[in-house]
Amino acid sequence: MTAAQTSRPAPVSAGRGAHPPASRRPRARRVKLGQVRLALLLLLPAAVVVFGVVLYPAGRALVISFYAVDSPFPGTYPFVGLRNYTEVLADRRLWTAVEHTFYFTAVSTALELVLGLGLAKLLAAPLRMRWLFRAVVVLPWALPTIVNGAMWRWILNAQYGVANALLTTLHLQDGYRSWLGTDPFLALNMVVVADVWKNTSLVAFFLLAGLQTIPQDLYEAARVDGAGPIRSFFRITVPLLLPSIALVLVLRTIEAFKVFDIVYVMTGGGPASGTQTVTFFTYLQAFSAQRFSVGAALAYLTVLTILALALLYLRLLRQAELSAP
Amino acid sequence: MRPTRGYRIFIHAAALVTSIVILAPFAWLLYSSVVGQTDLVSRPMRWVPEHVTLARYREIFAGGGTSAGAAFRAAMVNSVLVGAGTVLVSLTAGVLGGYALARLRFPLRRTTLLSFLVAYMLPPITLIIPMYLLMSRFGLLDTKAGLIVVYCSLATPFALWNMSNFFGSLPAELEDAARVDGCSRLGALVRVILPLSRPGIMATGLYAFLLCWDEFLYSLIFTSTSQAKTIPVAIAEFTGRNAVDFGLIAAGGLLASLPPVVLTIVFQRYLISGLATGAVKG
Repeated sequence: MTAAQTSRPAPVSAGRGAHPPASRRPRARRVKLGQVRLALLLLLPAAVVVFGVVLYPAGRALVISFYAVDSPFPGTYPFVGLRNYTEVLADRRLWTAVEHTFYFTAVSTALELVLGLGLAKLLAAPLRMRWLFRAVVVLPWALPTIVNGAMWRWILNAQYGVANALLTTLHLQDGYRSWLGTDPFLALNMVVVADVWKNTSLVAFFLLAGLQTIPQDLYEAARVDGAGPIRSFFRITVPLLLPSIALVLVLRTIEAFKVFDIVYVMTGGGPASGTQTVTFFTYLQAFSAQRFSVGAALAYLTVLTILALALLYLRLLRQAELSAP
Repeated sequence: MRPTRGYRIFIHAAALVTSIVILAPFAWLLYSSVVGQTDLVSRPMRWVPEHVTLARYREIFAGGGTSAGAAFRAAMVNSVLVGAGTVLVSLTAGVLGGYALARLRFPLRRTTLLSFLVAYMLPPITLIIPMYLLMSRFGLLDTKAGLIVVYCSLATPFALWNMSNFFGSLPAELEDAARVDGCSRLGALVRVILPLSRPGIMATGLYAFLLCWDEFLYSLIFTSTSQAKTIPVAIAEFTGRNAVDFGLIAAGGLLASLPPVVLTIVFQRYLISGLATGAVKG
């Protein structure tokens, strides 16, 4: 996009010199002004639709987080300064939710990346009926998240679920067990499984797009030089795919960090709050306990964390690009 | 050079295993939606059912009054309407704004793009509390219009980003030629750029629709009755009830997945090329 911009012969930039010819100046300025006006006009609808809806609530949430708003009705509520923040940061429940969120984010993103990379290679491989395979792989991605959660909840059902039936029939486990109901850590891992099952295909298609930009001659050359498939995977595919990998990593991490719906429908945060994530905890505080201000404070802490994560990734990406051969 | 035999066997075996892992849960969903209730709750599980019934689908399609079927159908209609409204608005705004970002030079261009992206990245949970308070004040809670307004704020930055990447990937010469021939900028956009952008517009619109179809948190908070409740919320409610009918959830889940699954498979080509521009340019 930027390349297209700079490579265009731009009459506008001619007028930007230190001493532009006097005769060209007015015209260049008029062209530029016209463009600016048109750009503003064209961007106006998007700006109204987005900032009209986002800007006020974003600011308002910050204000609310300094007050003690405990009902949805308009009225005067006491100003409490940073007390919501200090209170919530001292809350043990928040830190267990943070633990769960980080565990969920790290494990699901890592699995999705590794499996997605393999799957992307497979999607690009010379398979018979590749179109059919692609159509199959696209399915989990198209499945709505809530349906995915409900489906896994039913697969893992303690009494009638197919997971228990299958594993017991194959003698991989002694008897029926409660996947989501008793052991919080097991339940959290099952939420990870459901998330990975669905989102790996998205990651794979994303990486496939990057994979297709790698010239085939590189692989040919590597093969002529005697490199096996594993070697060329680590020496060609991974380094050249790094920008795509980094982008997927950022997007998936941010997505995973906000996780709410799949937890809501699979476990409802249980057992024993063992699968409560930060967003889920925020939701409970704001809409079950009606502590809107505490919820807003929590939400702002989430924004800061996500921002930090995104910046960290971008820095890592830049370093990787600089050190790439 | 032809790939070796061992390699060919390996990739086909891997593709087969992957397909089974992906299709098995769907098969279980389908199985659960058509077998009789006694088969569903038998233990040990009957792999071959004794009864096959379409009663659950019948209930969803024809159940009247206050049945689960009627609620489900209403949610389906709501989802379609909200999705269509959102696609219409966000695509229009995204095409116009995306063109400006890709082709016009103006101060703070990058900052503008970034500020839209930041708005997109803001977690819904941040905005949802003031939005809830606002909407309850303006009587927008539990209305489709309210939901469309909120969803547009999600889908538009995305459409803007996608369309601007797409327009940027088109050769500028085409447009220049049209302008030499006497087209205005807007004329060139409508007559030259838009017809060429069909794949990008399709992919973007489809993403926006899927985004709405999938969205849960806003819908959960902002809607409460069949008047505006969307399909994810309806399904979550099914699962949340005590003494749930698993077969009915399975049938409902399959039906709710049908529109996105069909759209995705039919427009796969567009979606993947859309991803490709996003990945390369992003």
